Amino acid sequence: MNHVEQKQDRSDRPKIAALDLPELYQCVHCGLCLNQCPTYRALRLEPESPRGRIHLVRAAAEGRIELNQRFQDHLYLCLLCRACETACPSGVQYGRIAETAREIIGPPGSKLARAVLNFAFTQLLPYPRRLRLAATLLRLYQRSGLQRAIRPLLPERLRRMESMLPPISQRFFTPEPNILPAIGARRAKVAMLNGCVMPLLFSDVNEATLRVLRRNGCDVVFPRNQICCGALNVHNGESVAAKQMARRNIDAFLDAGVDTVVVNAAGCGAAMKEYGHLLRDDPLYAEKAKRFSSIVKDAAQFLGDLGLVGKLAPLKMTVTYQDPCHLAHGQRVRSQPRNLLKSIPGLQFKEMDGSDRCCGSAGIYNITHPEMSQHLLKEKMQSVASTQADSVVAPNPGCMLQLRYGSQQYGPEVKVYHLIDLLDRAYSEAEASSSNEV
Amino acid sequence: MNRDTLIHELHTVVGDNYLLIEKEDVIVYEQDGSIFQVMPEVVVVPENVEQVAAVVKAAKRANVPIVPRGSGTGLAGGAVPAEGGIVLSLARLDRILKIDLQNRIAIVEPGVINIDVTKAVAKDGYFYAPDPSSQVACSIGGNVANNSGGPHTLAYGVTTNHVLGVEVVLDDGQIVWLGGEVSDTPGYDLCGIFVGSEGTMGIVTKVAVRLMQTRESVRTLLAIFDAMEVATRTVVDITAAGIIPAALEMMDRTAIEAVETGSPVGFPRDAEAVLIVEVEGILEQTERSMTLVRAICERNGAREVRAAKDDAERQLLWKGRKGAFGAMGALAPNYYVQDGVVPRSKLTEMMQRVSEISKQYNLRIANVFHAGDGNLHPNILFDMRTPGELDRVIEAGAATLRACIELGGSITGEHGIGLEKKAYIGLLFNEADLEAMSRVRRAFDPDGRFNPAKLFPTPISCGEMRRQPANIPAGLWI
Repeated sequence: MNHVEQKQDRSDRPKIAALDLPELYQCVHCGLCLNQCPTYRALRLEPESPRGRIHLVRAAAEGRIELNQRFQDHLYLCLLCRACETACPSGVQYGRIAETAREIIGPPGSKLARAVLNFAFTQLLPYPRRLRLAATLLRLYQRSGLQRAIRPLLPERLRRMESMLPPISQRFFTPEPNILPAIGARRAKVAMLNGCVMPLLFSDVNEATLRVLRRNGCDVVFPRNQICCGALNVHNGESVAAKQMARRNIDAFLDAGVDTVVVNAAGCGAAMKEYGHLLRDDPLYAEKAKRFSSIVKDAAQFLGDLGLVGKLAPLKMTVTYQDPCHLAHGQRVRSQPRNLLKSIPGLQFKEMDGSDRCCGSAGIYNITHPEMSQHLLKEKMQSVASTQADSVVAPNPGCMLQLRYGSQQYGPEVKVYHLIDLLDRAYSEAEASSSNEV
Repeated sequence: MNRDTLIHELHTVVGDNYLLIEKEDVIVYEQDGSIFQVMPEVVVVPENVEQVAAVVKAAKRANVPIVPRGSGTGLAGGAVPAEGGIVLSLARLDRILKIDLQNRIAIVEPGVINIDVTKAVAKDGYFYAPDPSSQVACSIGGNVANNSGGPHTLAYGVTTNHVLGVEVVLDDGQIVWLGGEVSDTPGYDLCGIFVGSEGTMGIVTKVAVRLMQTRESVRTLLAIFDAMEVATRTVVDITAAGIIPAALEMMDRTAIEAVETGSPVGFPRDAEAVLIVEVEGILEQTERSMTLVRAICERNGAREVRAAKDDAERQLLWKGRKGAFGAMGALAPNYYVQDGVVPRSKLTEMMQRVSEISKQYNLRIANVFHAGDGNLHPNILFDMRTPGELDRVIEAGAATLRACIELGGSITGEHGIGLEKKAYIGLLFNEADLEAMSRVRRAFDPDGRFNPAKLFPTPISCGEMRRQPANIPAGLWI
């Protein structure tokens, strides 16, 4: 009797063809991913490791186990940081395995949580105007004193969630519809992703990105029809709206006729680089999606490869760098952001231990899994502290919010910046001082 | 004692989170780094020696097998619960308890990851020598169980040469130290017996390891060859010239293809073989050794010899080499790795035999191994889903092991016997040998409950074991 027959004997449920992914068969169970996985490191349990989760998905595909609550818990305790992909010698694309499994089991949490998430994924994120309205209301709540009044009345769990609400920007970023021309000699024509939360929470970062790109000889355009990239949907088991959003973005950006699509949020960049995979079975879009994905670049990757031009003023600060997971692991971009930071005169760069380990933000993970998220954040803040840096750079909105929260809750007192913030400041200060000299 | 009572007892020891009984939990413990799968009934993950002892006692009362597991990276099925029962994961015993640089020892718990020992002392100029390819993931406890080696075994010896003592939980739950913190304790070398016992004698809960001082200079080169026999001859010539490199590793074309497909490091895909040669010592000596090694490679007709220019380049070479097993998934869904040993002088002949076996059984074989000490790792690539393929793989594996023995070698260098090679241990030992070994084992494990159905060829202790052997490929059972 051979092994395969025995395996079939052991399965008592129908096979799940949609889970029988080719990626599963690239995993040879070597275990080199284990120690790179944040949840395995924390719990030391195989079901909370990449190898374990792959094993579970494969067992489910073979009909050996049920897609029950335990299965869901294991699949959703994963942060989708994809550190295991960096560690994997066989190049297993774990993210795709986990995302497909989540697509089949649906969003995480209780019935209510799933309903709320589904609403957000399908009714909020794809509609920029609704998002803006929600943000406006939230800003009102934060600034009217309502927040201070309500906060003490909330039960513990809600209070904690409430305390993680990010401060909404004073004003939102509204890009101009026409091309914003390069300053100086033109070197590239790029389109920028405005994003869903970036213009509402980090409008200054979008403005700064625009300025830095133009200063580096880029014509910049914000295609009008673009919307949220859909990363949160894909990560949390929602694929219908996600694919709609991808298709709309592909059309919007390809129509713009640019060399590159520049993205300043690592999570969005990683998701957009995978549109080719997301729409692989869509006869109308599969090819376009691939073409689109091939021109997407993270802002740091783009600027690092292009090479900075123009004068940067010295910034007297000590900076450590947090690799956003979806930049280091998802996009394999590590050297460019560091090189850009080191190119700022006067800036002292300090590497932290485990800089490419997840900070626990992971999209909405800090809300769905507060305990694990805070455990990882505490560890992260200790690493930050031991560098004695006064600032942390993390070019992704989720990481920035999480690290700011970490600094408040656990210390050390550090400023948290997007990489672009610092480049923009160095440029602006250089400009100001040269105009003073004149 | 029935199952419920056992579970209740285990629950009082480790609590809810670290007692796994649901199928969606325990199923992931059915396999280690090998291809064998048997599901445990229960998995317990204690966090200290007292809990380990309590689990061992409960298992004894319930008379169920107990299988220790570290990181589950073993390649011989050592952590697969062949007869079901309890898998005892030592992953949470992961503290480095003491570092004593003056006496160059560290005391660590078994769940500590191999590389973390080195990381803890590297800034002071020390390291822990045994460096299995899986060192970023494998545990010290697993290394002790399998007497693991690694690329640097050539210069420094295997785990047993670096373990001074172990604290173990015996069959009756007693906690004792064997050996100690100094290099030679009087009496029988019981620590030596435990190292390499593959979990069949008790549970190791602390390990006193030797630390070594980092050498002043480390130089590494990659020699690229257009023919395998030229590469194997070069291995013989290097050692014949009186140079003992710190490591002397070989990869063939298929292994290079796996690495370059899975996680590329820049090995030349069109080479038939590459050698990684590393020399260590004081600066003057490594310079001279490098010159000699380079000259030998070139004289033998190496296409190119690339010396790593800096530590980053050196790390990249090792990343490729150490990731090679794991990279096999880039070429095939399954691989079956052999661990045979031949005298260095027979390497050329052995590689020819492997190539013939590959043709005879119509299976791709990737070779990546410790050439310097003749420790081969032919990785037979296959797809478990193809009917009949596994049988061919097992036959091909047996043929390579027989070839090793015919050439005066052995069937395992460092991976252990486990489930994988227990059918072949009879090729090396006669019945009297095995009975003697079995008596040693029974002295520690009278009930045969510690990792049963491992190591020994026939179910020697079958009478003592109640459980049916579960889903193991039939070819591996005698």
